[in-house]
Amino acid sequence: MSQPEILNQEFTLGYTYTRSTGPVVGRFLTALKLRSIVGIKATDGRVIVPPMEYDPDTAEELSEFVEVGQEGEIVSFAWVKQPREAHPMDTPFAWAMIRLDGADVPMIHRVAARDEADIATGARVRAVWAEETRGYIDDIRHFELV
Amino acid sequence: MSEENEMITGIEVPIYLKYNFTAGAAPARFLSQLKNGVLTGQRRAAPDAQVYVPPRGSCPATGLPTEEEVNVADKATVQSFTIVHIPIPGNAIEPPFVVANLVADGANISFIHLMSECDNAEVRIGQRVQAVWKPEEEWDYSMDNIKYFKPIEEPDVPVDEIGKLPVTGLEV
Repeated sequence: MSQPEILNQEFTLGYTYTRSTGPVVGRFLTALKLRSIVGIKATDGRVIVPPMEYDPDTAEELSEFVEVGQEGEIVSFAWVKQPREAHPMDTPFAWAMIRLDGADVPMIHRVAARDEADIATGARVRAVWAEETRGYIDDIRHFELV
Repeated sequence: MSEENEMITGIEVPIYLKYNFTAGAAPARFLSQLKNGVLTGQRRAAPDAQVYVPPRGSCPATGLPTEEEVNVADKATVQSFTIVHIPIPGNAIEPPFVVANLVADGANISFIHLMSECDNAEVRIGQRVQAVWKPEEEWDYSMDNIKYFKPIEEPDVPVDEIGKLPVTGLEV
């Protein structure tokens, strides 16, 4: 058999998922829409952000929501030097674990910074809100250095 | 919460995976023949070898390359089928529709395609069908060159003979 021409085709496989958020994550997203950030109090008193439905240690159902601050501290970070198409920003930025004021558990989000050298563990950051909020994690557009 | 009626209860979280697919030698030959309106299978160069449609380039039973190309008919037998009642997002076909595993005459394994011009309630294992092709000028490197398969007036094939029929209906 002869060698055929090489066939090449781009295509996109799309999974158009919708998720029901449940009462706890739904409450977190609803708060985001209203430009506030809520966590939930665990059995041992720690404040978990984003809130969880069940205590990670005792599996007890959790229900005590706590509003936390919109500023916090970078616990750890990874600098993205060359963002790819799928990244949320087209300029270099950091993925960071951010412990918000009043929270005990850090939350992952992105930090806008001009340069990798500007960013550090322990640096203070503040949430920057999207112009239009809709109840989605991107309602926090990013965090900026304070 | 005062905004009870605005409570977020669901979010859209689509995932899009972008691929650049390069057909290997075997699928490329199969697709090149489809562009000519011909269904081909491949098999090992052995007299009793199984014919695979679509071909993957190697024989799953022995691992040996399928180096011999074999034309198969555009007539086929229903090996199994599903009647789809739930619309699939992004799919233009209106349910209910029938998706079937079809074994082309001359082939030993099935491929999946649509059935139409049929009474869904009458579709059955062993039923004889034939390809309805798109107009020739629309042919591309695609199984979509066949719009669907429709039932034909031929006796049903007994279950144990499905996948064992010789090639029929091909112009010589």
